[in-house]
Amino acid sequence: MRHLTEFRDGALARRLTSEIRAAVTRPWAVMEVCGGQTHSVIRHGIDQLLPPEVELVHGPGCPVCVTPVELIDKALAIAATPGVLFCSFGDMLRVPGTREDLFAVKGRGADVRVVYSPLDAVRLARQNPARQVVFFAVGFETTAPANAMAVHLAKRLALGNFSMLVSHVLVPPAIDAVMSSPANRVRAFLAAGHVCSVMGFHQYPPLAEKYRVPIVVTGFEPLDLLDGIRRAVLQLEAGTHAVENAYPRVVTFDGNRPAQAMLAEVFEETDRAWRGIGVIPRSGWRLRGEYRAFDAEERFAVGDIRSSESPRCRSGEVLRGTLKPHQCEAFGTTCTPRTPLGATMVSSEGACAAYFNYGRLVALGTECATCPT
Amino acid sequence: MPDLTPDAWTCPLPLRDYPHVVLGHGGGGRLSADLVEHLFLPAFRNAALAPLGDAAVLPPASGRLAFTTDSYVVRPLFFPGGCVGDLAVNGTVNDLAVSGATPLYLSAGFILEEGLPFADLGRIVTRMAAAARGAGVTVVCGDTKVVDRGHGDGCYITTAGVGVVPDGVNVGVHRAQPGDAVVVSGAVGNHGMAVLSVRAGLEFETQIASDSAPLSGLVAAMLAACPDLRAMRDPTRGGLAATLNEIATRSGVGIEIDETAVPVDDEVRAACDLLGLDPLLVANEGKLVAVVPPDSANRLLTVMRRHPLGTRAAVIGTITDQHPKVVVARTAVGGRRVVPIPLGEQLPRIC
Repeated sequence: MRHLTEFRDGALARRLTSEIRAAVTRPWAVMEVCGGQTHSVIRHGIDQLLPPEVELVHGPGCPVCVTPVELIDKALAIAATPGVLFCSFGDMLRVPGTREDLFAVKGRGADVRVVYSPLDAVRLARQNPARQVVFFAVGFETTAPANAMAVHLAKRLALGNFSMLVSHVLVPPAIDAVMSSPANRVRAFLAAGHVCSVMGFHQYPPLAEKYRVPIVVTGFEPLDLLDGIRRAVLQLEAGTHAVENAYPRVVTFDGNRPAQAMLAEVFEETDRAWRGIGVIPRSGWRLRGEYRAFDAEERFAVGDIRSSESPRCRSGEVLRGTLKPHQCEAFGTTCTPRTPLGATMVSSEGACAAYFNYGRLVALGTECATCPT
Repeated sequence: MPDLTPDAWTCPLPLRDYPHVVLGHGGGGRLSADLVEHLFLPAFRNAALAPLGDAAVLPPASGRLAFTTDSYVVRPLFFPGGCVGDLAVNGTVNDLAVSGATPLYLSAGFILEEGLPFADLGRIVTRMAAAARGAGVTVVCGDTKVVDRGHGDGCYITTAGVGVVPDGVNVGVHRAQPGDAVVVSGAVGNHGMAVLSVRAGLEFETQIASDSAPLSGLVAAMLAACPDLRAMRDPTRGGLAATLNEIATRSGVGIEIDETAVPVDDEVRAACDLLGLDPLLVANEGKLVAVVPPDSANRLLTVMRRHPLGTRAAVIGTITDQHPKVVVARTAVGGRRVVPIPLGEQLPRIC
């Protein structure tokens, strides 16, 4: 069980924690960018191991959370179109659109299928030539290569019945947006290790320089995270702002070149709206050139959908790191995983859901916590 | 005794007219009778079933009656370590067993989809019969209906079970008390991951097999050694997390578990991590959770570990009066987290 238990070793965790305690002299807010890291932090109780000076701020790196409500509504409309076979990753099914989610549309008879790879959707398109098969391509740079591969394959096979609803978003513009926000408190970043496994980390030195902020490429296991935090704190205390790689077993400076080539072939940069945050310039990818023919937004007439967010949802502030989930008045009362106001309460990577599921002890004051129900 | 091994099972002549289930097999006529006579009767053969009456007439039993029912819907029908047939027996037997009952009789209702290959139905029924013999129960009555193609997933089975609770045995999920030890009978998550590993679109290569097994023998040994057992539950859908939360809620207590003490097979842990699932929330079909007074815990463990289905039994935590109705896990790195009540199915994560 190497590579699993060895990165969850209690004794090593204590050693890293005591190094952090020894180094820290004043309060620091460190943002873990990726939702997978947020999930791991809460699931393993890592935030409770840290000295009070080190505050982890949960970033906008949950693809489910930042997919704009307009796009969810488009997905719902396309999925409900007769004859369409709509494929999605599992955790998109419960994300609320303006009125409902994909589970509800499925319940009314739409053919919505959970797939585990976009290539499964291509296979379904080949098996069902008389039906339109649509894949909901959501995610950061991590999932993008497989999605690019799927469109590339569909084009090569001349699959006229395959298309993708694309909502790809990019990490570096998000870091830029967080740092340029006037309310920003973040002083260091844990960059998302899996994004960097694809893209490398050559995009980060300019950001570190521009905002004089340390950026540590960090993995997802408890020891990875503690080491990332340790390096960030050491830099903050020393007043440096370098880009460090604390995940070298997976990440190289250049990243995965063949994957990047596939991405450049299929996608081009575009402005994208982030749910709860707003439009960030050049922060996403869309299909380019002749791959546009596979764009579900062009294939299906879904341009004039009216979307609106719940006015009570403050997920934008959570995603920017200016509000902790349990500081929101709706948290755990009107907004729960069962009745989510926003996507951050739905996804297992969403900061609000992670707090609700795993962190109620923290949210309620550890030792005397009682069940809210 | 007919040879009930799957390879030896062959359709007797009248059934060979159709290699698949057709609507007529549920019509109550000749085809239905053929199915009963040539498949169900030889497989489940017993005195109560033989007269083929409208109801099984059973001898009086001493003790309180326990009565339960469950429906079995699983896709695919066959998975590593089992199929819908043995699941339908073991699941209901286990519901009786963890109630403190000695399981005695089962009913079996089949809803078959037109087009189900007889070879598949034969394997399902054969494994069901073998599971019943293994659990010491008899299938004493049954029913078959056939639905149009496309209106079912091949084969749904509903079983009801009757057992007797011996005098002096009194277990219930509302009876956990602060200080009690929480015991699990073995590694968790195997059934759910075995089924996932062969589900269309997600096939991954693994050695994980379902833990589907009847717990009646293990429970009998446990009750004989520890009559003061307070609560038992089999952590099926919703996994260990759902079961612990149910005990905490129904007993009005908190539960504190040590995550590293929960037995999880390496393969299950790896597959869960890959898919972003929590092994504590994955289904089991041959495990139980027991709550026992602290001074009985060691005796219980000794007895459980002697039984083939309890060799990896372990104390995983304690009942506490802190945080009532909340289950808290101490993690490997020393943090604490709430073990949530699962909302519905776990959804594999995007990345």
